[in-house]
Amino acid sequence: MLDTSRQANELADIQNRLIFVKVGFLMLLVLLGLRLWQLQIRDGLFYQDLARDNRTRSIVLEPARGLLYDRNGELLANNIPSFQLYISLEDVQDREGLIARLPQYVDIDGQDISDKLSKKSRRGRVKIKAGITLKEAALIESHRIELPGVVIQPEYQRHYPLKTYAAHVLGYVGEISESQLKDPEFSNLQQGRIIGQYGVERTFDKYLLGETGEEVIEVDALGYPKRSLSVQRPLAGDDLYLTLDIRLQRLAEDLLGEEAGAIVALDPWNGDVLALASKPGFNPNDVSGGISAKDWQQFLQDTRHPLTNRAIQGQYPPGSVFKIIMAAALLETQTLSAQESIPCHGTFPFGKRVFRDWKAGGHGQVDLTKAIAESCDVYFYKAGNQLGIEPIATYARQFGLGGKTGIALPSERSGLVPSSEWKRKVKREPWYPGETISISIGQGFLTVTPIQMAKVASIVATNGRVVQPRLFKASRLRRTGNLKEEPEPPIQQLAMSPKTFAHIKEGLAAVVTKGTAQRAKSDMVSIAGKTGTAQVVALKPDGDKDKNKELQKEFRDHAWFVAFAPVEHPKIAVVVLVEHMGHGGSASAPLAKTLIEAYMSFQTTPQEPSL
Amino acid sequence: MSLMNDNVNRRGLDTFDWCFLGVIMAILSAGILSIYSVTNSHSTTGFPIYLKQATWMVVGLLAFLVAAGIDYHKLARFSYLLYGIGLILLIIVLVGGKASRGAQRWIPLGPFVVQPSEFIKVPLILTLAAYYGATSREGWVRRLIVPGLIVLPGFLLILKQPDLGSSLGFLAIFLVVVLTVGMKSKAFGFVILAALMLFPFAWGGVWGSLHGYQQDRILSFVDPNSDPGGKGYHGLQSRIAIGSGQLLGKGLHGGTQTQFRFLPEGHTDFVFAVFAEESGFIGSIVLLSLYIILFLMGLEIALKAKDVVGALLAVGVVAMIAFGVVVNIAMTSGLAPVVGIPLPLMSYGGSAMVVNLTALGLLLNVKRRRLSLL
Repeated sequence: MLDTSRQANELADIQNRLIFVKVGFLMLLVLLGLRLWQLQIRDGLFYQDLARDNRTRSIVLEPARGLLYDRNGELLANNIPSFQLYISLEDVQDREGLIARLPQYVDIDGQDISDKLSKKSRRGRVKIKAGITLKEAALIESHRIELPGVVIQPEYQRHYPLKTYAAHVLGYVGEISESQLKDPEFSNLQQGRIIGQYGVERTFDKYLLGETGEEVIEVDALGYPKRSLSVQRPLAGDDLYLTLDIRLQRLAEDLLGEEAGAIVALDPWNGDVLALASKPGFNPNDVSGGISAKDWQQFLQDTRHPLTNRAIQGQYPPGSVFKIIMAAALLETQTLSAQESIPCHGTFPFGKRVFRDWKAGGHGQVDLTKAIAESCDVYFYKAGNQLGIEPIATYARQFGLGGKTGIALPSERSGLVPSSEWKRKVKREPWYPGETISISIGQGFLTVTPIQMAKVASIVATNGRVVQPRLFKASRLRRTGNLKEEPEPPIQQLAMSPKTFAHIKEGLAAVVTKGTAQRAKSDMVSIAGKTGTAQVVALKPDGDKDKNKELQKEFRDHAWFVAFAPVEHPKIAVVVLVEHMGHGGSASAPLAKTLIEAYMSFQTTPQEPSL
Repeated sequence: MSLMNDNVNRRGLDTFDWCFLGVIMAILSAGILSIYSVTNSHSTTGFPIYLKQATWMVVGLLAFLVAAGIDYHKLARFSYLLYGIGLILLIIVLVGGKASRGAQRWIPLGPFVVQPSEFIKVPLILTLAAYYGATSREGWVRRLIVPGLIVLPGFLLILKQPDLGSSLGFLAIFLVVVLTVGMKSKAFGFVILAALMLFPFAWGGVWGSLHGYQQDRILSFVDPNSDPGGKGYHGLQSRIAIGSGQLLGKGLHGGTQTQFRFLPEGHTDFVFAVFAEESGFIGSIVLLSLYIILFLMGLEIALKAKDVVGALLAVGVVAMIAFGVVVNIAMTSGLAPVVGIPLPLMSYGGSAMVVNLTALGLLLNVKRRRLSLL
């Protein structure tokens, strides 16, 4: 029993201590209860946010870009569905491995991938390649396990059904660049957005862009979408109708063919750009589809400069087409009357120098009409010498030379109208009178762009109406579905006598009928025009003009032809410039004639009912 | 509870017993519901996990009835033998066990795998109860060193697997039982002093024996926000799951953290987070209260046990389950490092289910026999 009583004591001891065990456990459990209160009640909202961030992903829904049409409703740019290759950075653990594996399935350079990934942070999506093929997409999908973080997303891609046609006008699109992201102009756009980078795609980007939508989706821990939580639909951009007549545009480009040059056709009355061709060109589909860095470098280094829009960026000496402005200056300043004639023996001695006419024996007695028709240099040497540089510069500027026309395209150049003041400032030299003689026939420091010369032709054709060349004809607003015509640009009237224009027109008509551009003579329509031959002075080893044929092509002169038609009531103004093709009369005038005839035939044949 | 009452209900179950069983069933149901919620939405092939767990529950309840039925004094007589078998199984595990994530914890047994580190807990409790109950143990050698030497091989074998959580659980049972038996103050003071002095060495040994992922888990406990995708991921996702449940919870299948698999192992170690996310603060407090009731009833049984063996048996069972509950919830709610301890009666796992229900059966056993010798 002793044992039993000791047992009983022991048991009593144990029972006494149980209270400590009980209190100890209770304290621990109460502590846990407090912890749960802290997590679920006090910080509940905080953790709710964390849970939501965990499972939701916001996806930007790209709007369809506005379409581009020509003036007759012909489609110039649209959007086609295509597969885009993205890498979702959060889901990539082994970057190097991915860069090594991806080129096995997609036509892409490993270096390109690492370049694209290196710039960005560790979060978000980076577009690696646009427009991968269906086959590539299928290959990637079937090797999904080896390619964590690789996402294929069907999206719209910009497409130019006419390929190279009107490439410089339409431009191209591309992903917003790092520097553009910092630019306040693009402040409301996010990374990865496709924006216009060139041409009207760039200038009218704000109409074409549309508004992005957003979809919030719920994903699981592996990033697989589970369901859509909310969708804000994107709003497509407005469709634009350009002033281009694509039939004329195609013809202009086909006429230039493989030659470098530019053709501009304007409606002289309202400035509508009917055609604006520049060669060599490019296929905007190649560039918009996310060009590889290597191809892009090659493109930029092409010595033929296919990206340069020669119609607005090419600055050439106008050559004899400048005589149109000389004629206006002469008549308006009454330096010479239209009827006064001057003898031309083929030379014009000036100080110790002798300026020669292009025609060795001279033109005989020359009045204004004949001087323009036969492009007599001596007549204009004399006229220029009498005028002096300042009036010449003033009239040149009145016709819009030396300044941008304001056409809605990026990177327009303004050419150069030299003056004595300009020379003092820039060259730090006085103006020599001999330089005025050169300017009189469109050489020297004087440079112009084809679009400026088209404007000059329009001004003459309309007896002094100055219009701004325009590309934007109308837009179809996505919000309302309404077609909105753009107001025509304001028109300015040059303060010059109608007689002046009448005399110039007479001369220009004679150029085609009996002058230097008889190859532009048409049975269909009366054409007025002026040829020009722009010397490539700086490059030529020797200044002798007559040896053009033997010269290497790159040293040959540029051929100009500036025209409008019909003479009586002009409907179109055309400028043709072909680089290194020698005389304007032989190289450029026939192209202008073909273009004008085509345009006139469009006017007579009933148009397809489209717009 | 009157004497009368006990006599009347000797053969059947009384109110206390029904309450006890009811609490157990409620917790089991919460567990199966949570496992159902997690695993049902995931694509699984074969037999659904929640049905497997339900099957284990039935097996466990049968074990519960058996453990409640056989007189614990008879069981105590075989305790050393059972503990010895347990140690042999632990050795077998180390030699030829099935490995998973760098730890060898399982022995394949036909279509099942058994986890000896779970099964040895009951023999341990029985052995400790039998040891202290046999004769009065005087002096700190008999009170502490000898039972310590009994526990040590089991503790070390489990730690070697390595299974830090289970080995700590093993130690916890021992400490609570020793604490309840009581120390002569001098001896107790000596032990505390020795423990404090030996701690750095012991820590070094324990730390070195841990696997890399265990060290990572403990390190990440210090600052789980620093690396959300890495070491602290489990802990952070678990806290997000619990916290985002807020007051009312997200409803069955509504827990985004678990349904979308941000929270891994939702049906095993992190089952509490699943439950808390879907049932909210109210649900988790109710669950916590059920566990508290279970422990209080267990301690009530210990208090009213008729002998030392019964009392220590009850205390050991309560210690075993309470350790699991406290450490698991502390771990899922970010109060303790993620050491990998399942939540008793709720986490998926057949071995733990059967062992825990057997242990609870022993509790009922002690209660039902407290008057048998009178």
